[in-house]
Amino acid sequence: MKRSWAESDESAGVVSRRALVLGGAQLALLSTLVLRMRQLQVEEAAEYQLLAEDNRVNVRLIPPRRGKVFDRHGIPVAQNGQNYRIVIVREDAGNVEETISKVRRLVELDESKLQRALKEVYRRSPFVPVTLADQLAWEDVAEVAVNAPALPGITPEVGLSRVYPLGPDFAHVVGYVGPVSESDLAQAETPDPVLQIPEYQFGKIGIEAKRETDLRGRAGIRRIEVSAAGRVMRELGRDESVAGSDLQLTIDHGLQNYALARLAGESGSAVVIDVETGDLLAMVSSPSFDPNLFVRGISVKDYGALREDAQVPLFNRSVQGQYPPGSTFKMMTALAALRAGVIGPRDTVHCPGHLEFGGRKFHCWRAGGHGRVDLDKAIAQSCDVYFYEVARRVGIDLIAELCEEFGLGQRPDIPVSAVRSGLVPSIKWKAQVRGERWIEGETLNAGIGQGDVLATPLQLAVMTARIASGRAVKPRLIKSVDGVEAPVEPAAGIELPEGQMQLVRRAMYKVVNGARGTARRSPIVAEEFLMAGKTGTSQVRGISEAERERGVTKNEELPRHLRDHGLFVAFAPYDRPKYAISVVVEHGSSGSLVAPPARDILLYALFEGIPPLTAYPEDQREAIRQQHQEMVLRPRQKPVREASRA
Amino acid sequence: MSYLEYRVRFIPAGARKILHFNWALVILLIAVASVGFLMLTSVAGGDVSRWAEPQMVRFAAGLVLMLAIGLVPIWFWRSVSGLAYVCALVLLIMVEFFGTVGMGAQRWIDLGFIQFQPSEMMKIALVMSLAAYYDWLPLSSVSRPQWVLVPLVLILIPAAIIFRQPDLGTTVLLVAGSGIVMFCAGVSWWYFLGVIGAAAGMVFTVFLSRGTDWQILQDYQYRRISIFLDPSSDPLGAGYHITQSKIALGSGGWAGKGFMQGTQSRLNFLPEKHTDFIFTTLAEEFGFVGGFSLLLLYGLIIFVCVLSALGNKNRFGALLTLGVSATLFLHVLVNISMVVGLAPVVGVPLPLVSYGGSVLLVLMVAFGLVQSAHVYRWRN
Repeated sequence: MKRSWAESDESAGVVSRRALVLGGAQLALLSTLVLRMRQLQVEEAAEYQLLAEDNRVNVRLIPPRRGKVFDRHGIPVAQNGQNYRIVIVREDAGNVEETISKVRRLVELDESKLQRALKEVYRRSPFVPVTLADQLAWEDVAEVAVNAPALPGITPEVGLSRVYPLGPDFAHVVGYVGPVSESDLAQAETPDPVLQIPEYQFGKIGIEAKRETDLRGRAGIRRIEVSAAGRVMRELGRDESVAGSDLQLTIDHGLQNYALARLAGESGSAVVIDVETGDLLAMVSSPSFDPNLFVRGISVKDYGALREDAQVPLFNRSVQGQYPPGSTFKMMTALAALRAGVIGPRDTVHCPGHLEFGGRKFHCWRAGGHGRVDLDKAIAQSCDVYFYEVARRVGIDLIAELCEEFGLGQRPDIPVSAVRSGLVPSIKWKAQVRGERWIEGETLNAGIGQGDVLATPLQLAVMTARIASGRAVKPRLIKSVDGVEAPVEPAAGIELPEGQMQLVRRAMYKVVNGARGTARRSPIVAEEFLMAGKTGTSQVRGISEAERERGVTKNEELPRHLRDHGLFVAFAPYDRPKYAISVVVEHGSSGSLVAPPARDILLYALFEGIPPLTAYPEDQREAIRQQHQEMVLRPRQKPVREASRA
Repeated sequence: MSYLEYRVRFIPAGARKILHFNWALVILLIAVASVGFLMLTSVAGGDVSRWAEPQMVRFAAGLVLMLAIGLVPIWFWRSVSGLAYVCALVLLIMVEFFGTVGMGAQRWIDLGFIQFQPSEMMKIALVMSLAAYYDWLPLSSVSRPQWVLVPLVLILIPAAIIFRQPDLGTTVLLVAGSGIVMFCAGVSWWYFLGVIGAAAGMVFTVFLSRGTDWQILQDYQYRRISIFLDPSSDPLGAGYHITQSKIALGSGGWAGKGFMQGTQSRLNFLPEKHTDFIFTTLAEEFGFVGGFSLLLLYGLIIFVCVLSALGNKNRFGALLTLGVSATLFLHVLVNISMVVGLAPVVGVPLPLVSYGGSVLLVLMVAFGLVQSAHVYRWRN
């Protein structure tokens, strides 16, 4: 087809016009895009920059190093050990199953933990490291490290984990840490973000729990750049964490260990306190348990075993166990009576073996009676009738008032879990709590530390320390924080004439050293460390009149759980008191049977180590020597003057 | 149609043809492609060999191809237009049967040495055949219904096939590109108003069909559209792409974060960062200045093409030039509208910059045709 010139020109004109329209439209649309870009990149840039930064930067917490706990000589009681573990990264491992089976040829892996880890491996992103096994021996980890080239994606790692090198010795005092549970999180008043760190260890009981905020420290922050998938690209900056405070306890690790070993096999408690400062040198509850079991989350089997143990090792008898103090309470009754002036030191009471009051017979432990008894003899021989009479005269309220000054019925302020306050009844207490009227017969029972009176071993130790020093010393468990000595409050005096106190101390001296004292079988013979003490026996069962007619069944003939609790409180040296002790042995039959372990523990404290045999009565030395040989003790460690600090 | 139809005023011959190439266009193409190389290096984290190098090789091949095509007289290309259309159509149909499925759609044909998207080829073949058609058709018949029907059929057959693949983006670009050729050829305004009205009706119908038996679009396409309308409704799901892309762009600010400093793209917050979303990386790392500069380069390419078309005495050449530049423009428009959040996410690459072989080669072939039209612009 031929085209004419005219048509060609006209056509070119049409195309040109349309081309210009098209060009204009294209220019307009491109301008729209430019305007849109201007809006995003210039006007709203700041907002989007913020969003981009949010996308990019992730904040991770650096767990702080937990504060250590030392004994009074700087021996570590709770520290952070290296926890060797092996970690797998799926994307590096390639064939996960095969790699793990290779690892299993080198290291024994716990099957159930492994299954859990495997699930985790497949659930998480491929680059997230997952722990296959932890708490491994150094040899196992070394084995894995050596074979690393054949184990793609497997890396040995070291983390910090709480370790209690002294095992059961401090379990009830220091307590333990464990993984943070949902309920821990709910209870925390200010939820510290550090608790969210997986595998973070949190104080569960004891000092670990009570001083959690001191021990925890402050978490550091790591600002990292992450990709859209959450992979860490690089670190942008970090604020280092601040390690927790190191605590030094007043407890002596050697004495603590000795006391626990001395009570081995028994259910009981021993508390040793410095009568001047109130420093708790030992506070043990037997049997104990290994706190290391709890650190990584205790297994059901181990926990079940602890729970079902008839001796209840998890029960902290020294602060949680409330026992009728029995005759150890008689000093309180005596002092209350002396202060009230209802008896004089030389006044006597006749003891025929029982006292009739309000139509009831109140028996003395010695059925035959003690005859004429004064204060000295009443304490030394623990005559019940004397104290029935004295208690009746002074009245329960004055006894309760005095007890308060000696710390009974008061909750001791020490950072340990489940500290109980014991109980000293009074007329007001009975009306308020029980809604009943006080019956005077109850005063008689309370006067010998039975009835409603309850005290913990710690309270009894504090009471004894106050008798010994004449001042209201307070128990102290934390000696220093981060090397800064915790202040010792000067103990307030007790409103009692020194003479009256000295009367009671003298009587306690006779309990141990008197010819007819209830603890005469367990004295300290070392001249400089003579001991004063008081036995106590608290009834676990009621004794019927019929049984009394027949003759009270001897403790040795009773099943163990019906035997009386044995208590003993003491201080030494008698002339310039240094340490006070209380020992309670559940179903220990009688106070005089509990006196020997108390004496032995006190001797260890006085000699700061295994005491020489010359401190014991001659006839007992051979038995003591054997006893020392049989005891399984940790070697006493050399004091570290400056608690080492990382 | 033969050589004799052309009234020869001036014939550049032999090596002298090279002087008559549109060198401004060549330089602009190289400039845009270089921006592409730079960005492909950046998104590969500085690794040139990953995407930038293959792209350079392809672009070099494309340049040679473009110059070779430019040396061939325009009337040859006009005479093979019909053949090109038929070939492209056959390949499109073959894709239906032998194609490789990629990204949920049947788009690729494997020729052994190269994987090829016939739909890309069809874009150019259709522009060529429409230009040839209007070159042949007397101006007076252009707006007659029976003569409008012929190009409509030519457009709708491949459009229907590509739509079925399914590839909404390419379909829209194909129809819009051919429409522009028809518009430039002088088809009456009324037809275009009619088509736009019909399109509006279609969109309405498409939305009406959602969830019914005769649903027209794929589910993912509906999702993309509704997310486009409100990206915040699904910030971590399908709206993620749009949101992250806007964050990347916006955070680039005026001058950008610097080469390879784009946190959004480097940290994989951006999807398809080396293909459809490559403009985001540019805008993030070089800011408004960088993004504007690339748009300016595209604008200049279009300007040079329109200028060339205006000075072209040959109707086929002029329409071809306008059609090719319009196709380029439409790609740019749809791609950038998508990344700045003005259009839904449809798979349209940024021409000459996005990584990808077929699109690049087809575009270079198309610009070869533009060069040929330019060299022979004085003949009618």
